[in-house]
Amino acid sequence: MDGNYLGIDVGSVSTNLVIINGEGRITAKLYRRTSGRPIQSMLEGMREIAEECGCPAIAGVGVTGSGRELAGVIVGADIIKNEITTHAVAAQSIVPGVRTILEIGGQDSKIIILKNGVVYDFAMNTVCAAGTGSFLDRQAARLGVPIEEFGEMALRSLSPVRIAGRCAVFAESDMIHKQQSGHSNEDIVNGLCEALVRNYLNNLAKGKEIREPVVFQGGVAANKGIAAAFEKALGMKVMIPEEHAVMGAFGAALYARQKIMNESSPKTKFNGFSVMKRDYGTKSFECNGCAGMCEIVELMMDGIVQARWGDRCGKWSSSVHYGHRTIS
Amino acid sequence: MKITFPHLGNTYICVKSILDDLGIEYVIPPFNNKKALELGARYAPEMMCLPLKINIGNYLQAYEMGADTILMAGGCGPCRFGYYSQLQRAILQDAGYDMEIITLEATRGVGDLIERIRRVIPRNAAMLSLPPILRRAVKIAKSTDEIEMLSFRTRAREKEPGSTDRVYKGFRQNALAVKGTKNMLRLIKDTESELNEIELDPGAYPLKVGIVGEIYTGIEHFASFEIQERLGRLGVEVDRKVTVSNWIIEHMIKKSLHLPRDMKFAEAARPWLGAMIGGHAQETVGNAVLYAQKGYDGVIQIFPFSCMPEIVAESLLPAVENEMGIPVLSLIIDEMTGEAGYMTRVEAFIDMLEQRREREGYEGGWQLSWN
Repeated sequence: MDGNYLGIDVGSVSTNLVIINGEGRITAKLYRRTSGRPIQSMLEGMREIAEECGCPAIAGVGVTGSGRELAGVIVGADIIKNEITTHAVAAQSIVPGVRTILEIGGQDSKIIILKNGVVYDFAMNTVCAAGTGSFLDRQAARLGVPIEEFGEMALRSLSPVRIAGRCAVFAESDMIHKQQSGHSNEDIVNGLCEALVRNYLNNLAKGKEIREPVVFQGGVAANKGIAAAFEKALGMKVMIPEEHAVMGAFGAALYARQKIMNESSPKTKFNGFSVMKRDYGTKSFECNGCAGMCEIVELMMDGIVQARWGDRCGKWSSSVHYGHRTIS
Repeated sequence: MKITFPHLGNTYICVKSILDDLGIEYVIPPFNNKKALELGARYAPEMMCLPLKINIGNYLQAYEMGADTILMAGGCGPCRFGYYSQLQRAILQDAGYDMEIITLEATRGVGDLIERIRRVIPRNAAMLSLPPILRRAVKIAKSTDEIEMLSFRTRAREKEPGSTDRVYKGFRQNALAVKGTKNMLRLIKDTESELNEIELDPGAYPLKVGIVGEIYTGIEHFASFEIQERLGRLGVEVDRKVTVSNWIIEHMIKKSLHLPRDMKFAEAARPWLGAMIGGHAQETVGNAVLYAQKGYDGVIQIFPFSCMPEIVAESLLPAVENEMGIPVLSLIIDEMTGEAGYMTRVEAFIDMLEQRREREGYEGGWQLSWN
């Protein structure tokens, strides 16, 4: 079946968009910073990708990432999927037979173990953000190194420095200490990469059997230092797909494609690229209807309420219908 | 004297009907909520487990409603719960709330327990009426749990989304107004038929997930972010062996009367955990094994942060997972838990179970059972 499918991943740090064709190949991709403004960032992204490929006809839309609910309502998503599932399906499409997926994003990291082509086990960081993109961003800024050069710099290290990686806060103070005792930036950066990998393997991968092929993806996969530290710690080859930064969006697009293709009379809920011209705003309030006191979020388009969510009883979310069923 | 008691799932239904029958004045705190948790977290020690904090919140909200005496279960040995009431008494005192806690426990013998109960019962109450009231109360506890299990079944199969929630939430609300054990039993019966009347999708083939873990977070909807209801709305049928009535019948009645207890879980847990180590750890491991044997698709373990028995169980579950071939997801909850990350894991877990079922069905060539 022909047609283009749009995948959108609204994450904490980056907002990514991918367009795939009917065969599931990526025809356009975009990676941009969320900068704490998920709606704006997504709409900007849609404008950019539409300009790049001339507003193609979209047969289906999938959204994922921590901002998936919000994004799903705005664009009119056919499917809203969590980021663990979309990352797994994307990696499987690029590396068939993949057994282990290491994923490090802006604020969370995951490990996904696959067996016989299905997700067998997974873990996601619960308490500590050490080793995720935003932590690396901060440390790069502290050292005055552009984040893009961080990985290259680690590879130039001559003698490794061991940095405490148990906790982001302690890693930072240990790093400052190492800096003050005169270690070179290259060695410190490399030490940091190794500490983060150690933290990741100890926290997330504990008790899990890591088997090849191993795929490393997420925004942090661009960091060659971390990739090298993984290879060293695991003693395995770690593959980094070219699309590593937009795998979530790619997976969401693949899900949208599958969903539409399985329908007997496929029709997308996509609101069209024109949504980027609209004015969106959100408002939140506490419901006092019962003792539950849920935090309700209200999404408005051009001043008209489009959707509400956050309630447990359905009082608010069912008062506006936006045609999809989610977990909340 | 105005009595109150902490919330634990549907326990209030059972307790309030007894109090009604005996003509004891009481207030029920609002259902567990954010405010209760905030209040509790403010006064309780940081490192105490979540149930204690919510309990304190319940007491303080009931205090605002005029309560001065708290009925609280106690006991000896299971876990930190054993000294909840002692600690809570001290916390309330430090915070300057003049409330008495009556701990219902027989650690100093049955005579002592009866003495404690008599402090609550008005002098003019006919003591002879107590046995039939208690008999009906046990029946209430049992049948409310059965209704909840039935709601798990219908929610996952209902034709029109929300029908089960409507009946079940209505029941919880109506129970607040109904007085006495006899009327309560009638309400339960009506609710049961209402649930049975919900139109089910005959083609529904729900995933089956067993809930194991610490009792409070398993039973109390608020503490688990309503995981059982949410799974039901996603079309997943859940089951839970640890219930209030099970606790009353197995742990309180049978144990004190030295009757043979249902120890299937202990038998099932034996290869991994051969002894009772406190809390519900052995139940957690054992029930996970039993669910695997019954062909469930997955198991979700829930427990409050810092719960020692469940931490032990958590470290054993990967072995059960591997040897019994059943996926297990462990969820840890405290007042700092972020709901979004929690639900992302649950969603991904359900996706995983679905994919695994499809794949096994395809490769193993087994039949759909449509039960």
